[in-house]
Amino acid sequence: MSARLTCRELIDFIVDFFDGRLPPAQNAHFESHLEVCPDCVNYLDSYTQTVRIAKEAFGQEEDAVTAGVPEELVTAVLRARVPGS
Amino acid sequence: MLAVARRILHNEEDARDAVQDAFLSAFRALGSFRAGSRLSTWLHRITVNASLMRIRRAASRPEEPIEDFLPSFLDDGHRASPGDAWGERADRLLERKEACEGVRRAIDRLPESYRLVLLARDIEGLSGSEVAEALGISTNAVKIRLHRARQALRELLDARVREVEP
Repeated sequence: MSARLTCRELIDFIVDFFDGRLPPAQNAHFESHLEVCPDCVNYLDSYTQTVRIAKEAFGQEEDAVTAGVPEELVTAVLRARVPGS
Repeated sequence: MLAVARRILHNEEDARDAVQDAFLSAFRALGSFRAGSRLSTWLHRITVNASLMRIRRAASRPEEPIEDFLPSFLDDGHRASPGDAWGERADRLLERKEACEGVRRAIDRLPESYRLVLLARDIEGLSGSEVAEALGISTNAVKIRLHRARQALRELLDARVREVEP
């Protein structure tokens, strides 16, 4: 990899950067590019916001799993694990 | 559980079958349920897995292209159409209830193999290896599909965010 990433090359590293899994050398190239490229700063920000917006769009649906599991079921399941209880 | 299966499977009968699969799996795996864990979280993961497994067992469909949704670049590697920052407009997007529905519809527009990975990883919270195992693909394929799905969703949301007053 050359010392200077293009915007096209940077995009391939976003997913690892996002997860904090970019190796130090690549991370340095990535951050060097961001220092001089406001377009990629904007893109990275909108990529991050996209993940958040997607989560929140579903988060505003009813939490059906939590809401749909009555306490009696929890108790019954836990009791079922212990024979004779 | 049914709501989780519905958003993955998009078919009422399949969703109900997946929930039934999930209950059976949960019953068989009761011994692995750790006291102190939240039952709802445990059942949630089992339901997502059961839904993905049901898709995996269905007849495989040809991979749909996602390239039309991805950002484009010039020959010199620069963006073909750079945009300004989303800024606070992104924060305000979901203040309108219909916007949430719009975001969910945008996710539904993604090609199926990408939509599934985005849902399982970013919405349902499964790990890359859990999704890989459930779908029978490599963890690297999960990573690539997730990245492309996020990029495509970002392009689909871009116009919606820009409609919000700055």
